[in-house]
Amino acid sequence: MTDQEPVAGLVSIPALMARNARTLPHRAAYREKEFGIWQVWSWQEAHAETRALAMGFLALGLKRGDFVAVVGRNRPSLYWSIVAAQMCGAVPVPLYQDAVAEEAEYVLEHCSARFVVCGDQEQVDKVIEVQERIQCIDQVVYVDKRGMRKYDHSRMNALADVLTEGKAAHHRFEAELDARIAAITYDDPCVMLYTSGTTGKPKGVVLSNRNIIETSRNTCDFDRLTSSEEILAYLPMAWVGDFIFSMGQAMWAGFCVNCPESAATMMTDLREIGPSYFFAPPRVFEGQLTNVMIRMEDAAPFKQWLFRTFMAHARKVGPAMLDGRPVSFTDRLLYRLGDLMVYGPLKNTLGYSRIRVGYTAGEAIGPEIFDFYRALGINLKQLYGQTEASVFITQQPDGEVRSDTVGVPSPGVEVKIAETGEVFYRSPGTFVEYFKNPDSTASTKDPEGWVATGDAGFFEPQTGHLRIIDRAKDVGRMADGSLFAPKYVENKLKFYPNILEAVVFGAGRDRCCAFINIDLTAVGNWAERNNIAYSSYQELAGHPQVYEMIRGHVEEVNRSVAADSMLAGCRIHRFLILHKELDADDGELTRTRKVRRNIIADKYADLIAALYDGSTVISTETEVTYEDGRKGVLKATLKIADAATLATVERRAAA
Amino acid sequence: MNAQIPLSSYTMTADGRKIGAVLMEMKNITLRFGGVKAITDISFDIREGEIRSIIGPNGAGKSSMLNVISGFYVPQEGEVWFRGARRPQMKPYEVARQGIARTFQNIALFDGMSVLDNIMTGRLTLMKTGLLAQSFWWGSAEREETAHREKVEKIIDFLEIQAIRKTPVGRLPYGLKKRVELARALAAEPKLLLLDEPMAGMNVEEKEDMCRFILDVNDEFGTTIALIEHDMGVVMDLSDRVVVMDYGKKIGDGTPDEVRNNQAVIDAYLGVSHE
Repeated sequence: MTDQEPVAGLVSIPALMARNARTLPHRAAYREKEFGIWQVWSWQEAHAETRALAMGFLALGLKRGDFVAVVGRNRPSLYWSIVAAQMCGAVPVPLYQDAVAEEAEYVLEHCSARFVVCGDQEQVDKVIEVQERIQCIDQVVYVDKRGMRKYDHSRMNALADVLTEGKAAHHRFEAELDARIAAITYDDPCVMLYTSGTTGKPKGVVLSNRNIIETSRNTCDFDRLTSSEEILAYLPMAWVGDFIFSMGQAMWAGFCVNCPESAATMMTDLREIGPSYFFAPPRVFEGQLTNVMIRMEDAAPFKQWLFRTFMAHARKVGPAMLDGRPVSFTDRLLYRLGDLMVYGPLKNTLGYSRIRVGYTAGEAIGPEIFDFYRALGINLKQLYGQTEASVFITQQPDGEVRSDTVGVPSPGVEVKIAETGEVFYRSPGTFVEYFKNPDSTASTKDPEGWVATGDAGFFEPQTGHLRIIDRAKDVGRMADGSLFAPKYVENKLKFYPNILEAVVFGAGRDRCCAFINIDLTAVGNWAERNNIAYSSYQELAGHPQVYEMIRGHVEEVNRSVAADSMLAGCRIHRFLILHKELDADDGELTRTRKVRRNIIADKYADLIAALYDGSTVISTETEVTYEDGRKGVLKATLKIADAATLATVERRAAA
Repeated sequence: MNAQIPLSSYTMTADGRKIGAVLMEMKNITLRFGGVKAITDISFDIREGEIRSIIGPNGAGKSSMLNVISGFYVPQEGEVWFRGARRPQMKPYEVARQGIARTFQNIALFDGMSVLDNIMTGRLTLMKTGLLAQSFWWGSAEREETAHREKVEKIIDFLEIQAIRKTPVGRLPYGLKKRVELARALAAEPKLLLLDEPMAGMNVEEKEDMCRFILDVNDEFGTTIALIEHDMGVVMDLSDRVVVMDYGKKIGDGTPDEVRNNQAVIDAYLGVSHE
């Protein structure tokens, strides 16, 4: 790894913002839809606002090295708070806005946050609750004034007031602020992000200016991102991806960050903005495809025919055209016609008309889903990354896109596979340390800078693309010694629209069993079409016909798993459909919706026992947590179903 | 975003600062429908800035009382005083122009129109340009509509209904329709807002949301609110003062605590033994 020098003194986000204000003064930097209209701030305006906010922070006594927590939905003012904190020499710590008070408390206490910038009253209430137990928080700043009039304001301010105060006091603080900005070095912390952590408490990942800026520069070059891109900032601000896309890359390339009006209007806003650079986790693409399919079921027969015919053609030639492979003239002509009649309008409805570069990551994406979007001519690609790498480890170059690989190492990143199969990387984006946790830092990052990803994978010899199999620690052995890769099977199950989530058990046992979560949208629609009455999620989940349908899916997966000699042991013998959706509030998923296997295994130990002892029904009680932190108990009686597995003669012979 | 916020953090204090002078006074109101006495000799007042509730069992005359306030019913006896002057007999639209807006127990929205258009109708009494200018949407009419739209958008933002702005009201679930009705009433920028069972038929989550909105309206806009409600928990948490009616008569009046301990009220709600 060679330490590159910063370009032209651009050693921090504030420096990049100042450059954009100089070179792109009137270009739109931030847009937010409010009061039904897109409000716009140019780079010059955004820079002025951010400086005023930083001076307001100085007036409130923000010191160098303080931690400033930022929690709320994506809004320009919160992005400015982050940069303003950096200008003051403080370290911003974005938090997940849907975290309950206890989760927020751990993080706020761990980093001893002195300032907390909140989006609205909901977040302020959470901070006040936390303040009863921890003392470090000195100032609370909130954006939305609604409902805040009666609060004790002795150590609380509206962001607008802080900004006004900063403007008024600029004579007093201008010099101090410039001095603080000038003192920022390339290796100072840029941001601290807490990893969601599939196991244990979250860890604070410290990323330096070097990490963020080098990574942004390299990846902007890779995809040729320019100041004319438009992105929609709708993913949690506490997630490293949003920080790279909406902060690092946006600042480096100088493109515009658009913030939706509210979480509920995201789809409408997406359509209005028509981003040219877009990131979404697979579940967003899955959700949209499910919606399209559901709506097509209700369309007139002619429209259905049109859709089917042209989609079949698109699947045949669309991906090839995207990859620049030769396609016959007739096929091209037919595709153009399809674009006019089906693909164009569909892309417009989805808000994807202008996408030049689209990424998905975080989970495996179903090949059918991936191909659907590529067939429409949307340049959807995959990347592989993690917080500790400032996102990018590998990504797919244009024209080399496949659904089962995650691409080639990103520019500047070295990747190696250990003998155990675990993937290691080293890059300019490699994190500085886990905050206040030298042990974890040492066990994750070796002295030479190689970081263990915790994922098992291999490079495909023909293409040089990386393929990820599973979490390294989840890959285990079954009782007879055959390989057990739960995620591999779960992903195959989750590719069915009816299955939202699946958890497969089998490490150290003689066979595999699974929990299934149905997708209420898809299964609910199916129930409606088939005249199946149900009054609750629980009732629908336990319906015999739903069980039959899911059994069909499981058996299909078993057939495809059996085809892979290495993983043939992972066929599912018995399964049950859970009576509730797995939820991050109950600790069953991480905030980024990854399954927390051990916690689920503990919590539903009785159900797992029933899967293996051959019983056909099991009664259980489950504790659930509501959004406000209250708890309740859910009682249910679940059925357990058997699934056919093919004869396993070959496997026994091999074992 | 279904934030559930503990109601206790909002509990109002009748600290005199918030509650101002008498805004409306009902003096000895009696309302008869033929031989049936719906309301018998009731007097009470509503002060500026307060949340005033009218409660009572079914058929107690609560909705009739609200209809008297809104000018829909004309009482046979008694006087209505509004902002320090005796109110002459008025048509409902004249009452509306005076600054009194209401919602209805059985939602009265235009089903085929969008949420936005429905809320815009709330500003009808405030529109000044003539029919001709509005038909051609030209000059002052255009400027006026822009100004009204701005106000309406503030209300949409306030009640968090941005996502359904363009949705026809007929397609909305019940709880949201109630919220749109509140939005339309707010669009009239009323001095006094009358809510007829705003929480009826809602689930717990919708009720909590609605409570929050009512309190926020009272707090942010300083709107005086008179409401009828069956849910006792809601009434006791929200109200500054409560009037209790039974069989058309007033049997209690005071702060939630006073009313809760009033023997006549307890009897009316729990019944008395006749031994």
